[in-house]
Amino acid sequence: MARYIGKRLIYMLITLALIATFTFFLMKILPGSPVASADKLSPEQRAIVEARYGLDKPLPVQYFDYMFGLAQGDLGISINQFKGANVTDVIQSRMGPSAQIGFQGMLLGTFLGILLGMIAALRQNTWVDYSSTLVAIIGISIPSFVFASMLQYFFALKLEWFPVALWKDGFMSSVLPSIALAMFPLATAARFIRTEMIEVLGSDYITLARAKGASGTEIAFKHAFRNALIPLITVLGPMAVGILTGSLVVEQIFAIPGIGEQFVKSIMVNDFSIIMGTTIFFSVFLIVVILIVDILYGIIDPRIRLSGGKS
Amino acid sequence: MKNSKLFWLLSLVLVLSAFLAACGGGGDSSSETTTETEEGTSESGASGEPDAEQVLNLMESAEIPTMDSAIAEDAVAFNILNNVNEGLYRLNQENVAEPAIAEGEPTISEDGLTYTFKLRDAKWDNGEPVTAQDFVFAWQRAIDPATGSPYGPYMMGGTIKNAAKIAADEMDKEELGVKAVDEKTLEVTLERPTPYFLSLMSFGTFLPQNEKFVTEKGDDYASNSENLLSNGPFKLTNWDGTGLTWSMEKNPEYWDAETVQLETINVDVVKEPATAVNLYNSGEKDRALLTGEFALQYADNEEVVKELEPTIFYLKFNQERNGEKTPLANVNIRKAIAMAFNKQDLVDVVLANGSLPANYLVPTEFTFDENKADFREVNGDLISFNAEEAKKLWAQGLEEEGVTEVTLELLGGDTETAKSMDEYLKSQLEENLEGLTVKLKAVPFQVRLELDQKQDYEIQTAGWGPDYQDPMTFIDLFVTDSSQNRMSYSNAEYDALVESAKGELAQDTAARWDAMAQAEKLLLEEAAIAPIYQRGLMSLQKPYVQGIVTHPFGGDYSYKWAYVSGKQ
Repeated sequence: MARYIGKRLIYMLITLALIATFTFFLMKILPGSPVASADKLSPEQRAIVEARYGLDKPLPVQYFDYMFGLAQGDLGISINQFKGANVTDVIQSRMGPSAQIGFQGMLLGTFLGILLGMIAALRQNTWVDYSSTLVAIIGISIPSFVFASMLQYFFALKLEWFPVALWKDGFMSSVLPSIALAMFPLATAARFIRTEMIEVLGSDYITLARAKGASGTEIAFKHAFRNALIPLITVLGPMAVGILTGSLVVEQIFAIPGIGEQFVKSIMVNDFSIIMGTTIFFSVFLIVVILIVDILYGIIDPRIRLSGGKS
Repeated sequence: MKNSKLFWLLSLVLVLSAFLAACGGGGDSSSETTTETEEGTSESGASGEPDAEQVLNLMESAEIPTMDSAIAEDAVAFNILNNVNEGLYRLNQENVAEPAIAEGEPTISEDGLTYTFKLRDAKWDNGEPVTAQDFVFAWQRAIDPATGSPYGPYMMGGTIKNAAKIAADEMDKEELGVKAVDEKTLEVTLERPTPYFLSLMSFGTFLPQNEKFVTEKGDDYASNSENLLSNGPFKLTNWDGTGLTWSMEKNPEYWDAETVQLETINVDVVKEPATAVNLYNSGEKDRALLTGEFALQYADNEEVVKELEPTIFYLKFNQERNGEKTPLANVNIRKAIAMAFNKQDLVDVVLANGSLPANYLVPTEFTFDENKADFREVNGDLISFNAEEAKKLWAQGLEEEGVTEVTLELLGGDTETAKSMDEYLKSQLEENLEGLTVKLKAVPFQVRLELDQKQDYEIQTAGWGPDYQDPMTFIDLFVTDSSQNRMSYSNAEYDALVESAKGELAQDTAARWDAMAQAEKLLLEEAAIAPIYQRGLMSLQKPYVQGIVTHPFGGDYSYKWAYVSGKQ
């Protein structure tokens, strides 16, 4: 197991270096300058500002400078969004709120989704099943900006249960955005669990368990559920990364100082170091989660053997 | 059927706004139309007694990128800088620059090149005095290429002595034409006489900075509200450097603190227009900007305040693309296009945000002569919508070019407003000018700039806001060697008029004004560009908010004179 993880870690570093390289050169193809007031300045005046951030150097030099800094954990400084601020500080200060609403949304969505999916599977083709499918379809198909706006309008503006927006009232501020984010994992989990459970419930070993005289709940949780989890974990891992690293739409609607919105803006305004820093941060997150998912497979289902894990 | 796209767009807007209106609730359908005239200030006139609690809750649409006045280049930073700091001059409630840290008017040398300012006894909020050295330090810092300031070279180059050379690293920053004669006397030397120099002194780039404080903080300077000094009406608090929230609190050390009535201004960044309106309606915020469909929806609301900005949008006609002449090199074709679209309908129906049709380049309600007469009164309307005339000129132009059909590309922005405007222009132009096909090309801002610099377009919708309070900030955009003139417009007479206004006429106010007016007239007679509209802004503002002053350049708003009256 240790050797397996060690090997994976080395692959991870290589993947990361490749991602950084690709992003770096793709980003440099972006048209335009990172100087915000470029429309007013003459080319000479623009060059002065660009020189300040080392953008006048040849591209390969910029690339090796960046990779060298990266190897030492230096992500550089923001060029125009937060002039002169360390990218590490920007990510740190913006990560918290995104992670909080993402985690809450993920937890709530997955929990309710699994519940919904199980009930639907156990009560297949009844009204319970149909309404659960309906919820799942709605969750997948309503765009999050519509859903978030509706939550804001009814639960904040009309009923006044929660703050309209802004990140000021601690947990209360995080409730509506978390619910908005929960819809997608909820719908996904419900669909997957339902399909898998129905399949698993029809398999031979469940019939055997029934014959042994195991109770309905025991079969549902101990035998069927565990096996139905595998495909869900495969999708939930990367989805968790997506949600935890921030959602542009939800963060913008609830005026939350998150990282998703920041990332999109950095691309719009060509803030190179923020684009790089955030991309690398997201990639590390994603790669680590994929590793965790792979390890989880083995724990949940011993039939899945990890290559090299036998030693 | 040519209008079908526009028709769909408009119906979509209507359907959406009906949906939003239904959500809007609260019965905002009062048919009472506000008889608001577009005024520079949003004071509503009513002046009750100020409340005991003086707190204002506002919103911004973007974060603060920096609070370092030497490198600031955006609206948010300049707005806050204008309220927490103070330079030699400040724009007053009538938008006239008046002495601020300068005590009274400066002495100006005979040749108009040397200004000597006496400074008043003002303090930084750490108790240290504001000295002439603070100005010298800040200005040198802004022009030093090592600082990488965008606005330093832009604002000082060609105005303050030696600025352009220092920016190009050809001279030491100590050589900049600014000197501390003693602690309270500042001497500024100019490159050439600059009639609007004093209004320039209210601009953010010319604010003072305390050398000891800035040096001590090093890289941390202005990175959050702890690492800042203020010498203006307010001081910035609760700003962590990257967050979406900050406050401004009354600065007791400000020399004119007794004028300031507000105790606290709480600001939050809200980028979603719908959220801003919801926060306003929930009572959490006192003012909300209305954009797009919200402007349409709330147009008749009695809490709407309108402002007219001195920002002009126009069509640039590129006369030479890839080394080849375009049909736009023909003056009759340019004129025909400039006259072939209905600007009134555009601002009423498509924009619907209080903008005005522009038949001019220099905005109205922006610059005034000594008798307070608007520069606009000299020339009035120069090129208006006239479909009949446009058709004649178009036919004539086509004949001169020996063609019957022309296809032109219209390059524009990719925002909703820009796209719907360009759609409208296309439909108008194609309807009124037979044989014209307009191809739309909508791109992000940075891409448009790049295409503009390469002069790779035919027609382009562009906009310009002023950097100082003088018609010249618009007029000199189109001289032959201007970096804004990427359209091969070149007229020796125009260049000469601008040169004389900048040079020998600099000290003869009336003649200079006249030269600029002639230049503007010439530019539009030749339809080098086609003005479209002057931008208006609509906001919702609670009736208890009084005295927020809107400025035409530099910081957008002053809260120095604002107060709350009648909020229970």
